[in-house]
Amino acid sequence: MRATVLRNGPSPVPMPTDSIVEVRGISKYYGSVEALRSIDLDFPRGKLTSLLGPSGCGKTTLLKIIAGLIRADAGTIAIDGKHVTTPGPERAFVFQDFALMPWATVLRNVAFGLELRGMDRNERENIARHYIDEVGLAGFADKYPHELSGGMRQRVGLARALSVDADVLLLDEPFSAVDEQNRRKFQEDLIRLRTNQNKTFIFVTHSIEEAVYISDRIVLLSPRPGRVSQVIEPQIDRSGDPERIHRDKHYLDTVEEIWQGLKQYVE
Amino acid sequence: MESSLRAERLASRSGREAAAGWRDQPILLRFVSIALFAGAWEIAGRIPVSFAFPTFSDTMIAFVKLIADGSLPTAYLSTLQPLLLGVVLSAFLGVGLGTLCGLWRTGEWLLVPVFIVLQAAPVAAFIPMVTFIYGIGMTAKTLAVMILALPVIVLNTYKAVRNVNESLLAMCRSFLGTRWQTVAKIILPDASPVIFAGLRLGVAAGFVGVVLAELLITPTGIGDLITFHRSRADYAEMYATIGSIIALSTLTLVALQWIEIRVFRPEKRGA
Repeated sequence: MRATVLRNGPSPVPMPTDSIVEVRGISKYYGSVEALRSIDLDFPRGKLTSLLGPSGCGKTTLLKIIAGLIRADAGTIAIDGKHVTTPGPERAFVFQDFALMPWATVLRNVAFGLELRGMDRNERENIARHYIDEVGLAGFADKYPHELSGGMRQRVGLARALSVDADVLLLDEPFSAVDEQNRRKFQEDLIRLRTNQNKTFIFVTHSIEEAVYISDRIVLLSPRPGRVSQVIEPQIDRSGDPERIHRDKHYLDTVEEIWQGLKQYVE
Repeated sequence: MESSLRAERLASRSGREAAAGWRDQPILLRFVSIALFAGAWEIAGRIPVSFAFPTFSDTMIAFVKLIADGSLPTAYLSTLQPLLLGVVLSAFLGVGLGTLCGLWRTGEWLLVPVFIVLQAAPVAAFIPMVTFIYGIGMTAKTLAVMILALPVIVLNTYKAVRNVNESLLAMCRSFLGTRWQTVAKIILPDASPVIFAGLRLGVAAGFVGVVLAELLITPTGIGDLITFHRSRADYAEMYATIGSIIALSTLTLVALQWIEIRVFRPEKRGA
């Protein structure tokens, strides 16, 4: 057993005590469809946690409830011990479809969160430029979104979320609309970025490889209704070359193990 | 990644340049289009297709004459006031009401049905009624412009505001945008292409309204000039007057499009 299984597994380890996001008893119905059934989860500070599961397991719904974009029917979300039901400055969202304003340049899009907070133009554009460089878009500040590729557009979305300096970054399948080559490059960059930024990431994905590749911890959700079926901590050393991870034995075994667990939910 | 993207973009740009040639000269093409039309008109006028159909050259001469003797400028002075007033009022009122209907459910139920009926109705039939209530002055003409221009502006704005990109709304909310910021920074810019399409239709309808009013209600301005020359069988002068109002309407619509791209959708500037 190479990955540490935290629940329903043979080798339990104690839950980490410092969790920044606490999800307690979250349930959600869409009409008569039960999307989530009493979800309890803790997201450790400074770690990247993935919500992984087949379509219909409610992973995006759970992320949007944490973001305050959707209301839960029952249960609470606490960030740093404080209950929240609406969006707040300590969380920033990266959207699956990028959600960039087509009429605004990369610079204005990245600075938009700060613009909404009423920050002075020079100040916010300086911050935005810093994060545009950080995500590898130097030189593209004055372009419009339609002039960028899908991968670059999502880098803009990521830079916008980083600019507001939130503690928790919520990423909703950020690479699903990005082509495969760009996705791999982006995943590598994300691993690098994480070491510079002292932030907590919550990452929704349906790709097992992606989850294992980038996550410190993976929450497996099972569908209809969405429930937590397993929590896994892949013990993968990401300090060296990110290319190497794809050939790492722990990586490959964890992917296989998760696939065996999820297989039953796939028609 | 960046360098390969740049290379790709450069390649596509040089490819486009090679394929351009005469097609890259839209102004030239537009002149050719106008010249072809004028030529066809000239030929049709010389056959002639009807004794009441002057040639293009006669019409242009009549146009210069009408400007020189001051009758066209005088007519426009009286037509443009209600037109401008009516169009500007319709634009602001229409976009305002449309936005309100799009954002506020009660407003939607109260107002939208009225404008749907107004848009479907042959509104020109109301114009005699307007005369009956407001007489034959400036008010009646302005109202005639507004009756025709307002519904399409309101309904387009309403639809555009209702169908605003959900994902951008969620984005604005997650980055803590207030209600006002959402309207000003997301909803109106996102809706602006459809709002401007409505404004273009509304302005064109406003021109119809003012000419109708002058033909039906008050024998003044351009409408009067058309009627007058028709009654004297000065067909070249009549066509020159009609042509001038068509040209003015077209120029106004082009200016509106320019404003839209300049102010609201800078990303379309190059396209």
